[in-house]
Amino acid sequence: MHELSIALSVVDLAREEEGRHGGRVCAVHLRIGALAGVTPEALLASYEMACAETSLEGSRLLIEEVPVVVYCERCEARRPLESLQSFSCPECGTPVSRIEQGRELELVALEIEQ
Amino acid sequence: MSHEPRLVEVRRNILKQNDLVARELRQRFRDAGVFVASLVSSPGAGKTTLLERTLTLLGERFRVAALVGDLATENDAARLARSGAPVRQITTGTVCHLEAAMVQRSLDGWALDHLDFLFVENVGNLVCPASYDLGESMRFVIVSVTEGEDKPLKYPTIFNTADVAVLSKIDLAAAVGFDHEAALHSIESVRPGMRTIALSARTDEGMNEYTALLEEALHASRETAASAP
Repeated sequence: MHELSIALSVVDLAREEEGRHGGRVCAVHLRIGALAGVTPEALLASYEMACAETSLEGSRLLIEEVPVVVYCERCEARRPLESLQSFSCPECGTPVSRIEQGRELELVALEIEQ
Repeated sequence: MSHEPRLVEVRRNILKQNDLVARELRQRFRDAGVFVASLVSSPGAGKTTLLERTLTLLGERFRVAALVGDLATENDAARLARSGAPVRQITTGTVCHLEAAMVQRSLDGWALDHLDFLFVENVGNLVCPASYDLGESMRFVIVSVTEGEDKPLKYPTIFNTADVAVLSKIDLAAAVGFDHEAALHSIESVRPGMRTIALSARTDEGMNEYTALLEEALHASRETAASAP
């Protein structure tokens, strides 16, 4: 389980931004791709621990899960992947290896109160 | 006066720090002309045995070295040192994966330009290492025949961060009723077109294909480096 390491990085980044913008962070918004290797539930559980005794204590973590989007060479189009167990185009069934979206591990926004 | 919290857009990669270190490492390896390959697998898939054999076989013609990550104990490093190659252990404590900074720290004092190959053995884990770039040029994901044919379906993410899949302990295939076709099909489902090598570090079956792949990759990377501005 490496979600605690990830949570600590999130807290570090958020505190850095807090210093830059002033005020106090009350919510943190993340985008996590289905292929990022991070389990949102485990990250939520680790987050509270990572925030303890920092200015972020008591803040909320909001995670937007980003589905995998692949590029189908045959359809010449971006397609949402239906299952991580089957990298094939949902329309024509062609195997797909080009991943367009789904590896995100991003801090997107902060809610800051004065 | 409003006390509503304001929303500040940030857009930052959470693993930026690791990615920056990994990028520096990749450049440093390229400048030194050393080809770096990493190995990931679950515990017990045979990473250390494969690495031991790799160091011995490639060590006959190349300058090879290894970094091995483990939660505790230096047993693997001691075992690998028998091959005569320089080996360093990275003991991660409770951390279940290697990070680029750990690799960077463990390189202190090593003359990388005196090496052809550097192997990095990750901590036995098919989940956490997927998120961390270590600056390697090639990542092998190893699954042994004793783990079942559907392992790739259970860990699609690691297969999508690795370059080559290795089916290890192929000498035990018959004993455990391993279905080779089914395993290849699982790999193909999660990573179409992935290069796959079946081998046994004990009988040497398939080892030629594996070392040849590494040699080709070393030459290709040096040619690219030489032709780069």
